[in-house]
Amino acid sequence: MRYPFPVGKSDFIQGDEAIARAAILAGCRFYAGYPITPASEIFEAMALYMPLVDGVSIQMEDEIASIAAIIGASWAGAKAMTATSGPGFSLMQENLGYAVMTETPIVVVDVQRGGPSTGQPTLPAQGDIMQSIWGTHGDHMLIVLSPSTVQEAFDFTIRAFNLAEKYRTPVVLLTDAEIAHMRERVYIPKPEEIELIERKLPQNEEEAKLPFGDPHGDGVPPMPIFGKGYRTYVTGLTHDERGRPRTVEREVHERLIKRIFRKILDHKDEIISYDEFMLEDAEIAIVTTGIVSRSAVRAVKMLREKGVKAGLLKLNTIWPFDFDYIEELAERVRKIYVPEMNLGQLYHLVKEGANGKAEVELIAKIGGEVHTPMEIVERVVG
Amino acid sequence: MPEIYSKYPMIKYLRKEALPTALCPGCGGGTVLNAFANAVDQLKIDPRDLVVVSGIGCSAWIASPYFLADTLHTTHGRAIAFATGVKVGLPDKKVVVISGDGDLASIGGNHLLHAARRNIDITVILVNNFIYGMTGGQVAPTTPFGAITTTTPYRNIEHPLQISETIAAAGASYVARWTTAHVYQLIESIKKALQVKGFSLVEVISQCPVQFGRRNKMKEPAEMLRWFLKNSVPISKAKKMPPEELEGKFVIGEFVNRQRPEFVSELNKLIDEVQEHFGLKEV
Repeated sequence: MRYPFPVGKSDFIQGDEAIARAAILAGCRFYAGYPITPASEIFEAMALYMPLVDGVSIQMEDEIASIAAIIGASWAGAKAMTATSGPGFSLMQENLGYAVMTETPIVVVDVQRGGPSTGQPTLPAQGDIMQSIWGTHGDHMLIVLSPSTVQEAFDFTIRAFNLAEKYRTPVVLLTDAEIAHMRERVYIPKPEEIELIERKLPQNEEEAKLPFGDPHGDGVPPMPIFGKGYRTYVTGLTHDERGRPRTVEREVHERLIKRIFRKILDHKDEIISYDEFMLEDAEIAIVTTGIVSRSAVRAVKMLREKGVKAGLLKLNTIWPFDFDYIEELAERVRKIYVPEMNLGQLYHLVKEGANGKAEVELIAKIGGEVHTPMEIVERVVG
Repeated sequence: MPEIYSKYPMIKYLRKEALPTALCPGCGGGTVLNAFANAVDQLKIDPRDLVVVSGIGCSAWIASPYFLADTLHTTHGRAIAFATGVKVGLPDKKVVVISGDGDLASIGGNHLLHAARRNIDITVILVNNFIYGMTGGQVAPTTPFGAITTTTPYRNIEHPLQISETIAAAGASYVARWTTAHVYQLIESIKKALQVKGFSLVEVISQCPVQFGRRNKMKEPAEMLRWFLKNSVPISKAKKMPPEELEGKFVIGEFVNRQRPEFVSELNKLIDEVQEHFGLKEV
């Protein structure tokens, strides 16, 4: 396979471009989208590259159709992705829940911009953290990854596909306008340097008859994709292990939903990823995700220079959330600060995790500017 | 399995464990399911080469759970958008959407319009019973002017969408409309729709005696079928009639049957072209 961009070397590219290239290297061969700032460059790159790798990129009539089409393509056996921003992400929520319920591996990129509503289309924000986790209705479980650099946007996109395939689940890559439009040096690996995970397919007729069962005991059923003669029945209604609608039996619903939770939560140690910076001896912890982490690293260095023992916990996975680890951290430190580009979303998760063991303070900033390191420092030193 | 099913020649196409159907007595859904199964049978299509996609509502159930193929029972209105992904992913399979008027022409109207414009090789069987049946008989964009529904308890003041005419204008390769009182013509049209390369729509005017007929002086299914027959006008005759005379009539027949470039073929043609241009094509 020849790739329409250089591999095995570094390039200087935008976050959006990095996401598109990573998707192609991850094996994504179906992209459906609808134009929206600041995610359009992902779509444009996919439109340019896909035909060169035997893939397809199509523009649908809206975001609802875009996510519907990638779910359809995933059942046809393809690795599939769509990308959007807040308004489009809101429109996708119903079908995101359908992907959870039907255990369809897809990757949805949300490039956050200022909201609500049309808001600040060209500026970054972190206002969709709660939406990415809880946007669709009903009890549900999915995975949300959050990069803080263009390199991470690339790496986490590949990881998003791997997690989607491994756990038969939708994965949200939650980034923002800053990372999407920023150009940074990114190492684009050769295909042989990338570890790819493919979805489990049924190994025999018995497994194929249980598209929503648990034949391997890991909570993840093999996926009897369409076109293979399995006559699979897929529905968003509550269904039994064979896929048949069973909408009024409490036990069936509970069994299905709890397995969908379990298949992710039982593997949360593998799914959850974070980076720590000067946290071992810290008395002050700063907990961040995404672009704000960049300012927080600098803020930690500045605080250390001032003699404040500060450290950073940067969350790469924001859902599932490691509440236990936050509690452990809260036992070690005096205070936790949560700088984020909204009026308090990650803060609530951290506060729940801290469980009263340490004070948690929000450093909120909205309007489309990332916190400066000084703004964080000033709040810490008072 | 009850004995009665073994006497039904099309039973081989149905998920027996899902029977009997949840459709009300007298519902037109069974006629549509029967017509579709007969069309598949007459064309000798292996159901393993079929993917049937549906949305939400009574008519969506015709496809899933009852039809024994790969079936995708999706969210309200979005069946055609899901089917688009399936068709692009499995271009050699026949992809069929079976759903109702509320699902495909109201909440999903935009997807229907754009799939026709794209002329993607999907067959849509749209069961038009003028009403939201499953949710209790609310007005639909297809409800006749003046009809009584649970959300127009005094009378419907809106005019119905002419679905077939709209989709023919949007660019579909094949469009036909029949009623459940025209079963043989319906089977023939479904067969043509399945064979045509491009977007095909078969609109089936169908009876809902429970939610529509009962409130509109036609509580017996047979009364509704007689209503269809009495008011059906073949398209050739309709062309010569003034619009006011066509008010409340059902124009039946083939609206278009034409060859136009098909979306998935064009996609693949484009991929070949681009790869050749960049010297990626293996010779």
